[in-house]
Amino acid sequence: MKPGSRAKRNDGEFAYLFLRSPAAIVASVLVVLTVGGALLAPWIARSDPFDPGTYDLTDAFTPPVWSPEGESRFVLGTDDQGRDLLASILYGARLSLRIALSAMGLAAVVGVSIGLIAGYYGGWFDAVVMRIADVQLSLPAILTALLVDGISLTIISESASTEFRATVITVAIALSLWVNFARTTRAAVFVERNKEYVQASVMMGERPRRILGIQILPNVLAPLLVIMTVDLGRAILLEATLSFLGVGLPPNQPSLGTLIRIGMNYVFSGEWWILWIPATFLVTMVISVNLFGDFLRDYFNPRLR
Amino acid sequence: MGFYVLRRLSQSVFVMLAVAFLAFALFRFAGDPVMQMTGVETPPEQQQAIREQLGLTDPFVAQFTRFVGELLRGDFGFSFRTRQPVAEMIRDALPATGELGLVAMAISLLVGIPAGMLTALRPKGFASQSVLLMTLVGVSLPTFVTGIVLIFLFGVVLGWLPTFGRGQTVSIGWWTSNLLARGGWRSLILPALSLALYQLTLTMRLVRAQMMEVLRTDHIRFALARGVPRWRVYVRHALPNSLIPVMTVIGLQFGGIIAFSIVTESVFQWPGLGLLLLRSIRFVDVPVMSVYLVFIGLLFVIINLAVDLLYAVVDPRVRIRSGE
Repeated sequence: MKPGSRAKRNDGEFAYLFLRSPAAIVASVLVVLTVGGALLAPWIARSDPFDPGTYDLTDAFTPPVWSPEGESRFVLGTDDQGRDLLASILYGARLSLRIALSAMGLAAVVGVSIGLIAGYYGGWFDAVVMRIADVQLSLPAILTALLVDGISLTIISESASTEFRATVITVAIALSLWVNFARTTRAAVFVERNKEYVQASVMMGERPRRILGIQILPNVLAPLLVIMTVDLGRAILLEATLSFLGVGLPPNQPSLGTLIRIGMNYVFSGEWWILWIPATFLVTMVISVNLFGDFLRDYFNPRLR
Repeated sequence: MGFYVLRRLSQSVFVMLAVAFLAFALFRFAGDPVMQMTGVETPPEQQQAIREQLGLTDPFVAQFTRFVGELLRGDFGFSFRTRQPVAEMIRDALPATGELGLVAMAISLLVGIPAGMLTALRPKGFASQSVLLMTLVGVSLPTFVTGIVLIFLFGVVLGWLPTFGRGQTVSIGWWTSNLLARGGWRSLILPALSLALYQLTLTMRLVRAQMMEVLRTDHIRFALARGVPRWRVYVRHALPNSLIPVMTVIGLQFGGIIAFSIVTESVFQWPGLGLLLLRSIRFVDVPVMSVYLVFIGLLFVIINLAVDLLYAVVDPRVRIRSGE
């Protein structure tokens, strides 16, 4: 089957399959809730966890509102600094999502461009790039991200700004994710390149950039969409892991991973909410993104259904 | 065959040179070693003298050649953080990661292969469906969260197992062992389990896919049609064919275990290579980082080489395709 043909199926079928799949419905509701909460953080949260003026140390270790000592001011309780956990989670998720989305986008742009060029022109560029991709594929993404991140942190000084470190982490994650995009695009271009409509355009003197962008690219969109969803989940996990290991964002900009690392200190004492609420939020977000990705894959590739 | 081995070997040497170059670049461009050794008070002339003495003013190629020569002789330099020889630090951390990785790999293969077979043979069964659902959760759960859940369950709630450090070990030469120490294996259980869980889902999925493909081939269908008992077909005819890729699985797992041991070791404070790397990153301990890079690169190259060569021995098609 040609890779793009499923993208042209009518929307009715998508809606039909979607409504028949409980996993997809639950997943998308959860995606909307977690992502929406993260996006609207400044309007939902009552305090800003990044601004030390908005919280008070005397509020520290308040349990969530449903336990006897809970306070209605802090729905999910507070952490060791007296920060509202709900606010921390929403702001943290916002940070995590921003990095994950831009890393995935960067990986997609780089990977797809490389795949298009390598697949269309072939030659030495193709050989070199695909060899690099092979080597990288044998390395787990987390190792690549950790090494790139670690090495960059070594080279740039400790005093580098938070914004810069966020960029470094984004690039590190993107570097460990581009391979899938490049390989998929390249394989699809190989198929399309020799079809008559492309050959006709070549004969008519169309510029390669136009052929690649307007004729070939739309035909590989479907598999790319699936990879994007799956890689968004992976990017969220990678960022969380880096922050958990203490080589991600600095502690004054806590992402979800940092929150879980802080919570780890309280695993042996009674303050369970500091650890388990951020952890549950992270896992829910990743699982729902993955479930949605699975649904998209099955939709575009009915052979697996 | 000889030509294939030769070509594969030269590829490996080339990859190792690239890794060594990366490590060297890290060493050369991350900070100024002379500044770290001396301080601000040392006059510039003296700094220059030290620089020349250390050979830092030599041409780039000469420095790189010397770096590779030192690596080949096993001279890895000293850590910025502890002033210990890097070789010693790696040697001390290696047994911890080695045992953790071996046990995790054993768990993932011993559970993953049968589970993969089961889900391939009865894809609609209740057991298979629940196993598959669990693998989805396994893939989505971050390794560190699995680790924390295990700590919480077995360390805090049940209080059965130690949750951090190596506990008791015995030394055999320079190798320190948990497995042989009385009670030492208890410390190993939780980290190994949390490291194995992710690998297990991968093994399972790969074996499952392979098995399903083999079951579709003609010789299996013919054997079934001939009336050979089902279990016999599965065990004698299908299993051996689907086990060839298990070599690849082991190769892949190796990478995963190295990578995720960093996370697991951090969660359980397990004093292995991963924890060493994390500390070195945080303290900008460049010598340790670059040696770690070379060491891991070497392990990867050796394992991949071994897998490829074994493949060529077992599966003649690989040799033919590679142009012999």
